[in-house]
Amino acid sequence: MSSVVVNDATVYAGQPASRGDSRDAVARDVVVVDGVITDLRASDAPGDAHVIDANGLVLLPGFVDLHTHLREPGREDAETICSGSQAAAVGGYTAILAMANTTPVTDTAEAAERILDLGRACGLVDVQPIGAVTRGLAGEQLAELGLMQRSRARVKVFSDDGHCVDDSRVMRRALEYVRSFGGVISQHSQDAALAGSGACCHEGEISGRLGLPGWPAAAESVIIARDVQLARHTGGRVHVAHVSTAEGVEVIRWAKAQGIAVTAEVTPHHLALTTEALTAYDPVFKVNPPLRPSEDVEAVRAALRDGTMTRSRPTMLLMRGTTRNTPSSTRRSGCSVWRRRWPSWPT
Amino acid sequence: MSAATAKSMPKHLLSVSDLDADLIRTLLDTAAQMQDVQRREVKKIPTLRGRTVINLFFEDSTRTRSSFEIAGKWMSADTINITGKGSSASKGESLRDTVRTIDAMGVDALVIRHSASGACHQVAGWIDAHVINAGDGTHEHPTQALLDAYTMQQRIGDLAGKHVVIVGDLTHSRVFRSNLLSLRMLGARITIVAPVTLMPSGIRSWAERDGFTVAHDLDAVLRDGDRVDALMMLRVQKERMTGGFFPTPREYTVGYGLTRPRLDRLTADHPGVVICHPGPMNRGLEISADAADSAESLILDQVSAGVAVRMSVLYHLLAGGDAERGEGGAA
Repeated sequence: MSSVVVNDATVYAGQPASRGDSRDAVARDVVVVDGVITDLRASDAPGDAHVIDANGLVLLPGFVDLHTHLREPGREDAETICSGSQAAAVGGYTAILAMANTTPVTDTAEAAERILDLGRACGLVDVQPIGAVTRGLAGEQLAELGLMQRSRARVKVFSDDGHCVDDSRVMRRALEYVRSFGGVISQHSQDAALAGSGACCHEGEISGRLGLPGWPAAAESVIIARDVQLARHTGGRVHVAHVSTAEGVEVIRWAKAQGIAVTAEVTPHHLALTTEALTAYDPVFKVNPPLRPSEDVEAVRAALRDGTMTRSRPTMLLMRGTTRNTPSSTRRSGCSVWRRRWPSWPT
Repeated sequence: MSAATAKSMPKHLLSVSDLDADLIRTLLDTAAQMQDVQRREVKKIPTLRGRTVINLFFEDSTRTRSSFEIAGKWMSADTINITGKGSSASKGESLRDTVRTIDAMGVDALVIRHSASGACHQVAGWIDAHVINAGDGTHEHPTQALLDAYTMQQRIGDLAGKHVVIVGDLTHSRVFRSNLLSLRMLGARITIVAPVTLMPSGIRSWAERDGFTVAHDLDAVLRDGDRVDALMMLRVQKERMTGGFFPTPREYTVGYGLTRPRLDRLTADHPGVVICHPGPMNRGLEISADAADSAESLILDQVSAGVAVRMSVLYHLLAGGDAERGEGGAA
């Protein structure tokens, strides 16, 4: 039996921390025995418990990250399931969902189970695989959604993230199909015709001045608008990944008001940084969707506050070495924020 | 633009914004002296003897690359050309590794052209040598803007208060972006003309902030009574013609080309006007042969000035033009 006592911590629970203030929090002790909270008084703790003095420190529930890129299998030089787990644990996460855009793609039950097993072998956080919507992320033929759901990995969230499910017919079928087992389709909302692979930043005055190919806000909002209509039509659940624009927020707010089954998320960097960060061509700010102007940042912050977006999460693409050696506009997108979670977090 | 904000000659020339009006004038004054060298029978001065300048061109170029090479050679620098196709970049080497490899050989300057906007900014952070931007993607081409200013000044005098009209594919033009900066610094009034699809994004707020005029009707600009001192026609690249930016080349020419009838009206209404084009030209598309070869055309003067201006830039960056500026430019 292993026991831990956390003494005199300021505990936030039940309320999202971003909405709490010091009046909601109470200082108390927490006793944990074999991974289960057993008491809130240190005096009742087992005598051999490991004691952590948390006076002046904050105790929070473990974070769940709905959207991470662990890169294993295929790009173990950039990130592995275990190195990602370590970063997540340092940042206060206890569960992370791993996106399917690996090599090979997570589009079969076997692939999903392998990720689950690698996460368990590492043993730091719960690693839950997300399945691909379409085979090979090609956007054409549905992946084995049901088999992934029946597997030991119990996959319920499906996403072609990194690619948008462009074809309206395929998106419709996916939303219909996952209804039978309560699945959800997480969409990377990027209209490929309006924002192709060359688009590397927000389309606006700054991209105009810098001569960088931009992607307009409408490339996000037209897909969100289509998908919420498809969700209404099919009764399926759609989740909008990494919303970055005021237009996108507006559509989601409208859809929720209609009772459409839609949820959405926003990343810390889209809450904290604006397009201004691009002016020095530092590739660290190249993320997809791109950083947006301050009006959009204000809109996604407001949406988080009013509950339009109920989750938040960082995009995780640890980029080590080689990808930083190429020009910004041709570099792969990505941003590592787990370890910096709280400092960059506006409250 | 006041003396309070005066800059010193930068280590790298990545953007026209590295300069100010005084520095541009210094560079253009020196270019005038260099042009004297260009006119000599024996075109060789020892200024950069023992210096090594690498022209690293990942994109095709005729005039920029050869004029940088000639500029270096006439000033006795050792100049070497490396092209993307003939370098390790074609074997998959990263840009950073390529430039650090060249830098490790102890060269003095890299003149770089690259298809990615911002590539030269990044290179400048990776190496010790001077970096000169010879065109980065659709971002900037600062020496082109300097030679444009030089050429126009030679013909129409100080550019302060002069009205320069820039026409063409502005969204994809690095020449436009650099010229906008330099012409503003020199006090010119600027009007840009293109269909909305060929305007850079955010152009309305940009124009408001920086004080230039945006127009979509070339004929209206040419006949609205506001005198035009220079007309800069920019290239429309072939890949844009099929990219859906405008319906057909014919329609573009009718709306925005410097056709023979438009040339006649231009020269009649604006006597003394000059016509520039950075090349290479699409004769018959954005500029007619009549306009390109007219008395108003400065196109070959621009090419000639290109060598002198690049000599001046190499001189000031590599041979310490700073001392000279310290005496004359500090006021």
